[in-house]
Amino acid sequence: MDLTPLTIDVGVLVSKTVTSLHSHLVTRPTGRAVRLAIEAQMASTGVQSLSIIDLSDVTILDFSCADEVIAKLLQGYLEPESPEAFFMFRGVRESHRDQIQVVLERQALVAVAETDTGVRELLGMIEAYDTRVWQLLEMEGPLVREDFARVFPEPILDDVLDRLRKRRIVFQNPISGRYHALSQLVDDPL
Amino acid sequence: MNVFSVPTELDYQAVDQVLDMAGQVGIEHMLFDARHVRWIDPNGMVALLAAGAVVKKQGGSPRLQLPDNSDVLGYLSRMGFFHEATGIFELLGRVPKRASRLSDVLLEITSITANADVHTVIDEVQKRAGNVLASRLGYPATSVVQFSVILSEVCQNIVEHAEGPGWVAVQAYNWTKRLGRYVVVITVMDIGRGFRHSLSAEHSARYGDRWGDSTALEAAFLHGLTRFPDSGRGQGIQQIRRQVQRWDGSITIRSGTARIAQVPEWDIADPVVDGLKSFPGAQISIILPAVK
Repeated sequence: MDLTPLTIDVGVLVSKTVTSLHSHLVTRPTGRAVRLAIEAQMASTGVQSLSIIDLSDVTILDFSCADEVIAKLLQGYLEPESPEAFFMFRGVRESHRDQIQVVLERQALVAVAETDTGVRELLGMIEAYDTRVWQLLEMEGPLVREDFARVFPEPILDDVLDRLRKRRIVFQNPISGRYHALSQLVDDPL
Repeated sequence: MNVFSVPTELDYQAVDQVLDMAGQVGIEHMLFDARHVRWIDPNGMVALLAAGAVVKKQGGSPRLQLPDNSDVLGYLSRMGFFHEATGIFELLGRVPKRASRLSDVLLEITSITANADVHTVIDEVQKRAGNVLASRLGYPATSVVQFSVILSEVCQNIVEHAEGPGWVAVQAYNWTKRLGRYVVVITVMDIGRGFRHSLSAEHSARYGDRWGDSTALEAAFLHGLTRFPDSGRGQGIQQIRRQVQRWDGSITIRSGTARIAQVPEWDIADPVVDGLKSFPGAQISIILPAVK
């Protein structure tokens, strides 16, 4: 099991894709080209991977590109035969949030985002209760199931943890059974 | 020779007259007489280009008699009108020299045929729009991003759906009499296949006899339908509407024989107009007013 984070700088990919003075992630063909470039970089990773998609140098992100680079990227790796890929989006500015939120909601997806001020949050479609469970892990993790149960004693906890795991916003170590927030795997790789 | 007398004030409220006339089939020799034009905005300029291009596309030879008013001529020059018009019209009158690039124009008339053109537009707008949006409209400094996103999405509409040439232009004005505040006017027009034809194969069956230009506009504008089966598509216009509403702006789209609008309190336009004379493509006008 190797979950060494792979950092992918989207600003660099944009500059290789279009002739522009700025890193504007606009137009669907540009977004599609950037997504394919990300997938190409990920091809060398194993059956499990953790990628940090760094948007720090992206000034403008339009809805078409957000759909290609974020929603379709996530969607592609949620297919049954796909490698188990985890993503964290870094450098998410206030001016990106609306576009990301809209495209994720439209596809009923959720993503872990780290803002340009370092705050980690979930964007997209997720139940409030699930968010609270995720936040506990984000603040206190890694955790085992019993740690969660002390704070969330409700019988639905197992379903929630299973959902978070399947949606790839938490990682469960198959050996220890411990749950990890993606940010913890970034800061302290397994 | 057919002669069309261009309205003396050619703005977003008057462009229908130009489009209605040019959309009529069978016009071969057409003179657009603009001698008496005293005021023209980006909608008017781009509508003239679109009208001339349609006449030319039908095999005609459009001619444009230039305005007498030197201020109007100078403004047309600063907006880059003649750069585009020379490929469409036979120009009658003296074309002024192109003004310096250092002008007050927010975005000169720019032709859109490929995605690279959209990148060019966004690069240009980044240089100039921030200051105008903040100082004239009172929008927050970060609004230039949302403004750019709007422009990107409307311009992509030409490339992805129109499959024909189009133009975009942006300028700020002080609407002292009309609204008592500054506005930014965005116009995007193309002479491609329009909403009805773009959506027809995928969606016309479910509308049956009701299918037409107005139902196609409603499908795209209100419900986000698109010709692509991909559920990630069709967000552009929806999100443009949402952002324009946040800024208390107006957006209208004319396509074929219909027009649909999102009308703010300060405007008196009808939300839906049907039965216009047919004109190809789509013509989008967005007006963003200063905060009160």
